[in-house]
Amino acid sequence: MALPEVKQSATEARLSALSLPESGCLKSAREAALSRVQTMGLPSRRDEYWKYTKPDTLVQASAPKAAVFDADEAPMFSAFERLNIVFVDGVFDAEASDDLSLEGVTIDRIEDICCKDIHWAKDLYGVLEARGQTPVERPLAALNTAFASDGVAIRVTGKVSKPINFTYVHSDENSDAILHHVIRVETGAEVTILENGPAASRFNKCMEIDVADGGKLHLVRAQGRDHERRAATHLFARLGNESVFKSFTLTVNGVLTRNEAVIELTGDDAVAHIAGACVGDGDFHHDDTVFITHDAVNCESRQVFKKVLRNGATGVFQGKILVKEGAQKTDGYQISQSLLLDEDSQFLAKPELEIYADDVACSHGSTSGAIDEEGLFYLRSRGVPHAEATDLMTLAFLAEAVDEIEDADIAADIVSRLEGWLARRR
Amino acid sequence: MLEIKNLHVKLEDEDKQILNGVDLTVEAGKVHAIMGPNGSGKSTLSYVLSGRDGYEVTEGSAELEGEDILEMEPEERAAAGMFLAFQYPVEIPGVGNMTFLRTAVNAQRKARGEEELSASDFLKIIRAKAKTLKIDADMLKRPVNVGFSGGEKKRNEILQMAMLEPKLCILDETDSGLDVDAMKLVAEGVNALRDEGRGFLVITHYQRLLDHIKPDVVHILANGRIVKTGGPELALEVENNGYAGILAEEA
Repeated sequence: MALPEVKQSATEARLSALSLPESGCLKSAREAALSRVQTMGLPSRRDEYWKYTKPDTLVQASAPKAAVFDADEAPMFSAFERLNIVFVDGVFDAEASDDLSLEGVTIDRIEDICCKDIHWAKDLYGVLEARGQTPVERPLAALNTAFASDGVAIRVTGKVSKPINFTYVHSDENSDAILHHVIRVETGAEVTILENGPAASRFNKCMEIDVADGGKLHLVRAQGRDHERRAATHLFARLGNESVFKSFTLTVNGVLTRNEAVIELTGDDAVAHIAGACVGDGDFHHDDTVFITHDAVNCESRQVFKKVLRNGATGVFQGKILVKEGAQKTDGYQISQSLLLDEDSQFLAKPELEIYADDVACSHGSTSGAIDEEGLFYLRSRGVPHAEATDLMTLAFLAEAVDEIEDADIAADIVSRLEGWLARRR
Repeated sequence: MLEIKNLHVKLEDEDKQILNGVDLTVEAGKVHAIMGPNGSGKSTLSYVLSGRDGYEVTEGSAELEGEDILEMEPEERAAAGMFLAFQYPVEIPGVGNMTFLRTAVNAQRKARGEEELSASDFLKIIRAKAKTLKIDADMLKRPVNVGFSGGEKKRNEILQMAMLEPKLCILDETDSGLDVDAMKLVAEGVNALRDEGRGFLVITHYQRLLDHIKPDVVHILANGRIVKTGGPELALEVENNGYAGILAEEA
């Protein structure tokens, strides 16, 4: 079927600004992804899946200019042991990065997948993304697969002793970065992955994660404080028997963020927790779009999303739990909540459940509200000043999402950033 | 300590007068009890004194040690020495009880220009005080009042009072929802805080709390005014004859 003319021309305009990278064995994956983009067309405002978030600036041919933010805080996750991998405006920076060798894990750049003949990565690159195109199309992810200019392939074979940390530096106010990572966690292996930074003026990131039986992956990311940056990220994860995938995302500022997570529980007894906390002030639009498919028995999934919005900021949540036929004993939970600090801010939520098995427990809830006046008065009556009491209540609101982070040090770092954001607004 | 003169209060959003000229003086070192039927204005009095929104003072004054408290923010009143033990303590999910108390203690100290308590000093003090109120470590760690039983909530109020060491303590129906043993424990907590420099205003429906917290003066509040003042024997009279008897007598 032909695309509507407007969509066709927008897609062509974007594609004309890009060229397929030279990459031997990924060539077919990239070409297939390009043809998916051409068939689907890039998102437009008319698309149901983009009803609450305008995709225009994510789709247009060049990245809108975004000032580089002068950070006044210590870099995140820098206080603890980690293996640091640095990208500047979407380009790997070998000098700033640590040595990539670490016991229990091998890390390669995607451009080396072919020359080193890394089969597993070849078999994963673009595969989960392609699977994730049904039942809902995600053209920006296909665009990423086709045109990603950098990224890494991480294979985890043991229990990795320290987190692998991605630092995404934004240094050029016109940068337009497309990064694609593939991660394979082998049977019984465990790793924590951290991501931090805005990456570019416009950032399209795709992460494909395959967790084998009994594997564990914890992902904690922080998207940077740059006010003008834009980001569209996709997380595709496939989970084997008794595997665990937990993800938490902190978003502080950013004029536009769309974080999609597409999780498929394909092995029995697998666990997936997807959480996020965002705080936005003014020109801030933040969209969490999550699609979790239960396709095995006795799996657990949790979605916990909390948004604090003020001065006309907008929060969006589209979350779905799909329980396929035969996915009995599914335990699905989904909560999305916003704390609106004034009457100008808004939260748009679309929680969905679609269930084809008859022995499941799924619950979902979504709320939007102001700070609890009763609680505020209680704190003040004990001598806590108004501003401090408001901050305490705000952090308390975010706590359920932050509690999804298993590591106490990482959680403390996240909380300190939230405290900083609140303190700067007193 | 606390001096209330001719206090008139109406609801902010409704044309409804609740207090119609309350006169009351609570001296340091004394326990005053306020009793009265439902709807007489007891809780309103406690809320107006602690600074809750929704009430409008149309006439009269309230001073704590000579300072006009009605113009102060709730936190300023707290720092000045006012404490209200809530009838229904508020649950605050996500805020740890200990964090809450340390924040409150240090905010008050800061407001008064005193040095903040160090984490270790704070811990030492709170542990000792919690123990006498039979509050275990788990209750200190849990979010404020969340999942606490009625008795635990009231004990937690008394713990806050003990930590904050206010000058004037208002207990709003602290006996409600308590069984006999819990009431005794709470009363012991309160009695331990009785001090020459501290005044108490105990608001209650029933005489039984006053068996445990012996008042010096008892007031009967009806229709927004204090209609009768006497000694502890007045509370017994309420118990025996009910409010109707006393109010008929005063009419």
